[in-house]
Amino acid sequence: MTLAKAITNGLDKVLASNDRAILMGEDIGRLGGVYRITEGLIDKYGAHRVIDSPLGEAGIVGGAVGMALRGHSPLVEIQFDGFVFPAFSQITTQLAKMHARSEGRLTVPVVIRIPYGGGIGSIEHHSESPEALFVHTAGLRVITPSNAHDAYWMIQQAAECKDPVIYLEPKRRYWLKGEVDTEAPALDAFKAQIVHPGEDATIVAYGPLVPIALAAAEAAREDGRSVEVIDLRSLSPIDFDTITESVQKTGRLIITHEAPTFGGLGGEIAARISERAFLSLEAPVLRVGGFHMPYPISKVESQYLPDIDKLLEALDRSFAY
Amino acid sequence: MPRAATEATDQDLIQILTPEGQRLPNETYDSYLGDVDDDMLRGFYRDMALTRRFDQEATALQRQGQLCLWVPLRGQEAAQIGSGRATRPKDYIFPTYREHGVALTRNVSFSEMLRLFRGISGGGWDPRENNFHMYTMVLAAQLPHAAGYGMAINLEQHGWDEAKRAEQGDAVLTYFGDGSSTEGETHESMVFANSFDAPVVYFCQNNQWAISVPFEVQSKVPLVTRAAGYGMPGIRVDGNDVLAVLAVTRWAMEHARSGKGPVLIEAVTYRLGAHTTADDPTKYRQSEEELAWAPKDPLIRMETYLRESNIVDEAFFEQLERDGNAMAAQVRKDAMAFPVPPLSKSFEQVYAEAHPLVQEELQWHLDYEAGFADEAGQGEK
Repeated sequence: MTLAKAITNGLDKVLASNDRAILMGEDIGRLGGVYRITEGLIDKYGAHRVIDSPLGEAGIVGGAVGMALRGHSPLVEIQFDGFVFPAFSQITTQLAKMHARSEGRLTVPVVIRIPYGGGIGSIEHHSESPEALFVHTAGLRVITPSNAHDAYWMIQQAAECKDPVIYLEPKRRYWLKGEVDTEAPALDAFKAQIVHPGEDATIVAYGPLVPIALAAAEAAREDGRSVEVIDLRSLSPIDFDTITESVQKTGRLIITHEAPTFGGLGGEIAARISERAFLSLEAPVLRVGGFHMPYPISKVESQYLPDIDKLLEALDRSFAY
Repeated sequence: MPRAATEATDQDLIQILTPEGQRLPNETYDSYLGDVDDDMLRGFYRDMALTRRFDQEATALQRQGQLCLWVPLRGQEAAQIGSGRATRPKDYIFPTYREHGVALTRNVSFSEMLRLFRGISGGGWDPRENNFHMYTMVLAAQLPHAAGYGMAINLEQHGWDEAKRAEQGDAVLTYFGDGSSTEGETHESMVFANSFDAPVVYFCQNNQWAISVPFEVQSKVPLVTRAAGYGMPGIRVDGNDVLAVLAVTRWAMEHARSGKGPVLIEAVTYRLGAHTTADDPTKYRQSEEELAWAPKDPLIRMETYLRESNIVDEAFFEQLERDGNAMAAQVRKDAMAFPVPPLSKSFEQVYAEAHPLVQEELQWHLDYEAGFADEAGQGEK
């Protein structure tokens, strides 16, 4: 099953099991969304539960907040990463803060699905990785699956969570196929998972870069290096225990994400791991991420994005210490 | 039936009580005032007077350094009491941050309302108790919430006929001002609510000033005319006339409740005081303007009407003054006695479910504070 289809099936299960669940977004009904993630759901659940909204991201997210205040569980779709910003005020000033503002009385269990990341040869605003902006906002949870099994289960876990959840969908992996065990739930959505065990270095990746980190680990093995790969899965909260344990074993840490390194999650992980595992570190924590620039034109995006070679180069630098 | 005017004139302004305190007959709206007896009339005046007294006390508390900020509403009492009294308990209200009078109509305690402004709480009261939402500080951010809330009502009341909805259905009343009328979220909210016939009444208190910028900068046309652009009825009402406001809001709530979609009400009023206690109106508006609005005060006209109709006597006003002073004294006492919640409480309110980072930081905070307790015998309890 593709990762995309796994999300579709996960949403189907959410709608079937919770009659208070509502989907809303631009073009998600008849069309099934620009990536067809909601395809078929309007026929099954009706236009009153799979709502084609007018164009207006603040209206979509703000509307979802209102629905949640009435006791419903909306899961909304933002069409592309770069189009989330008109909703940014609603997300950061309203959705994230409602629980705290009400002294814990109100909950707003809204899920915001956002296809994110580059590598698809697209135009401006269609390839961005804005996760750090949401991670920096207390009150939000941010998760991202890297494979079909996780995608299927994590969307359901997001829907069950009482807190607002930003569910980032690695759009260039929508067509990545994988086994989905619909009987065995995935790990807790807010935990990291070791997807490739190793002894000599740790690579932390998430979403679209997990397959690349795995490939880099394979390539490194040919150089006699045993690399552990952690799929972070949850970007807020971050499962620092899993990373710390790994680094205490390997002594080397490389964090990779498509988002610019400056002010990104890699810096936060590096700082925390330096505090937690300082004496275990054989080398500085290194980051492999995007440059400090607007996401580049697609003809040169391959030079911008982290890839296997950049990870191998970082491993070389780490082992040079 | 009210129409969505393309050009509003003073003739379009619904007025039942003139500034001189004369009650005018109104073919369309008198039927919405059929139950308004002397008791209710006295009640409306009392609501407005108590709201004004509360506002005065809160302003004083801020001047004395006891509140972080206060948002005065003097001049807007009729718009707030009239509209608030037009709702049913199950209706949900999304206020801005100035709806102290509406809060009174929903039985939110004045004392509790000061928790926000005293820095004791980010909200202050439990919105579930009175279906009166917390104040929203980001202008217009509550309007999309109102649209979504209304859409959710439609979902629940899907399949109900008009009569059943009119009788048992819920509706949303949401407030905004001439200032926030220009925000993008106002537009998005109105588009969403209209596209889905959500039962939402948009109540704009046009108090003529968005802090220092006059209404003319917010809109080239009377605000009510925007209703036509969204396909909803628009009503322009004298916001200083509690009876007219009550009548039109009752009409609008009935319209929305019965599934016919949203309504825009523009209540024409005037902010007699400052925008907030941090504001200085002398820098941007002329006292002539304030003097021109002063006789249109909502309390003055109601008082004239009540006196000339022999609905009240002097004792009524004397009693009201005593009650107002007692309320103000109690509010002051309560506000000064609010216990300050420890910061550790704030950690618990960030997320509804367990969050390892918050737990870790809470532990650090408690350990750190405990270090001072060892030295000074105090710290966070």
